[in-house]
Amino acid sequence: MTKLARFSQSLTSGKLIVIGVPMAWFLLLVAIPLLIIMKISLSEMEATSVSKMISWTNGLPTLKLNFSNYQFIFSDALYVKTYISSIKYALITTLICLGIGYPFAYFMARAPKHIQPTLLMLIMLPFWTSFLLRIYAWKTLLVSNGVINNLLMSLHVINAPLDMMNNSFSLTIGMVYSYLPFMILPLYANLSKLDLRYLEAAADLGTSPFKAFWLITVPLSKAGIIAGSMLVFIPAVGEYVIPELLGGPSTLMIGRVLWDEFFSNNDWPMAAAVAVVMIALILVPMAILNRAEAKLEEA
Amino acid sequence: MATAPKPQTDSKATTKEVLLRVEGVTKIYDGTVKAVDDVSLTVNKGEIFGLLGGSGCGKSTLLRMMAGFEKPTKGKIFLDNQDITDLPSYQRPINMMFQSYALFPHLSVWENVAFGLKRDNMPKDEIAKRVEAMLTLAQLNKYAQRKPHQLSGGQQQRVALARSLAKRPKLLLLDEPLGALDKKLRETTQLELVNIIEEVGVTCVLVTHDQEEAMTMASRIAVMSEGYFLQVGEPDVIYETPNSRQVADFIGNVNMFEGEVVVDEPDHIIVKCDECTHYVGHGFTGNKGMAVGVALRPEKIMLSKERPTGEYNWAEGVVTEIVYFGDHTTYHLKTTNGHVIKAQEINNTRDLSCGLTWGDHAYMHWNDLAMIVLTH
Repeated sequence: MTKLARFSQSLTSGKLIVIGVPMAWFLLLVAIPLLIIMKISLSEMEATSVSKMISWTNGLPTLKLNFSNYQFIFSDALYVKTYISSIKYALITTLICLGIGYPFAYFMARAPKHIQPTLLMLIMLPFWTSFLLRIYAWKTLLVSNGVINNLLMSLHVINAPLDMMNNSFSLTIGMVYSYLPFMILPLYANLSKLDLRYLEAAADLGTSPFKAFWLITVPLSKAGIIAGSMLVFIPAVGEYVIPELLGGPSTLMIGRVLWDEFFSNNDWPMAAAVAVVMIALILVPMAILNRAEAKLEEA
Repeated sequence: MATAPKPQTDSKATTKEVLLRVEGVTKIYDGTVKAVDDVSLTVNKGEIFGLLGGSGCGKSTLLRMMAGFEKPTKGKIFLDNQDITDLPSYQRPINMMFQSYALFPHLSVWENVAFGLKRDNMPKDEIAKRVEAMLTLAQLNKYAQRKPHQLSGGQQQRVALARSLAKRPKLLLLDEPLGALDKKLRETTQLELVNIIEEVGVTCVLVTHDQEEAMTMASRIAVMSEGYFLQVGEPDVIYETPNSRQVADFIGNVNMFEGEVVVDEPDHIIVKCDECTHYVGHGFTGNKGMAVGVALRPEKIMLSKERPTGEYNWAEGVVTEIVYFGDHTTYHLKTTNGHVIKAQEINNTRDLSCGLTWGDHAYMHWNDLAMIVLTH
């Protein structure tokens, strides 16, 4: 708290504007809607407005909070299973992205200086096309009579089309494909700043290049690994479009449940509760991780 | 004709055991840039060898080739008679103290020092013992658990030294070891560093652009320029008997007189210059009529208001500049032909000793063994 007080004291009016505008933006468009969702999640289906949640007894207002939605989420095996499945797919996506993205970012950072902008451009290139179109394009590649199956069949590598669509395979491919740049960019930013003298010092002290990678490069790029993993993991947990287009009915993702609750069942309190639990599932571990990290830095 | 007192550069060294031998090493970057040009040298066991030169003279490239970070384009490097030219740096029994240290920022002081030992698969208790000994040597025991960024510059420098000595290397390379420290700290650290190195008894190659650092720390110095050695020798030999105008000019301050040998005898020569006539009290390798340079260090010139007797080894001028350093003062005197000569006077009393001020006419004189005659 004292740190915060000292920080606010150090602010001049200029700084206040620079920090204040995005903060106001954040408050208006993230924090307030989030509070509204939390409020809805605690109301009943017919009474989602605040005025209906307050009842007056003896001139005193009492807040009527309805926790039944949350109780339902945790008692229903399907919700729990979907949360676990969402986190599982997000984790798999993050790990594959890290596995592909790290070497990619590493060699990009080590590439001759004059070709690095081109490589960076190539990573950004997919963003020039609509996200939806790109996911849809995967569909044409992966379906039974799609490009890949037709090619393999005509080459007689396979006799029957491979089942690559509407399962966890197609879902994972779509997620990894979409989120890979978000892993590569922070990793590249981090790795290109690595002071190569540390690697020389390690070699000087008898470390082979392979060992030096694990003992020096990886620990020193920890911030990039964490940043990239968060940028992939957090949106991946709540992903809706990719499971909807590529996942098929068998892959459970919480984003689709949310959509169904909001727009098919029109049960807003239930949907809001599902969303709040999802946010908590992501935020609480992140907050703990962040705190541990900050403590480690201070020590 | 007669010969000048030969600087005894390598005569003493050859009797000692040679540790490092560099043979005709050349390094060419991008096919055209010659960073190191056919350099050969030997470093003896137990010696601190200094590579001195300005930036871009190739001293760092030479050091990096010894460490194994660069491959020579041509030539060979031997350590203890073993050819290490193609040995990767992580297999060389050589450790380096990096410029601005390159301490691993994610590891504590203890882990930094232990880093090299762990790579050798040394038993744990032995590592602990060795690290403790190193930390004691560098007076760092209190800081063992700190991270490098929590230490002062001087402490970081000691960690870097402890880390590079922990593996007991055959050869220690020091790359501008004191460059990151301020002047006062540099002086004390210099002595500390030499004491520790002598205590351990490790052979060193020191790279520096700071001649004072090279003079005080190294037992022998190689003055480098444009990729090759101008002169190799003990610090006093380099300072008092430079072999060329370039070395004389690079090391310390010097007044250069250009003139012609008019008398050439076995025990003395006389050089006629514009400002004065030098009587040099020893012979030289050359002959009468030769154009030579006479180098005279400012601290060897004495000032007076009275005209010296005799016809040699004095000049006159007007004081144009007085630079006060505290312990000494440098006077700039302009001769009638416009040549500025610097003379350094020690301030051995608290009132400025010779009582000269701006615009005063004064005489400079020196004895007949004070100067060096340079033929190139």
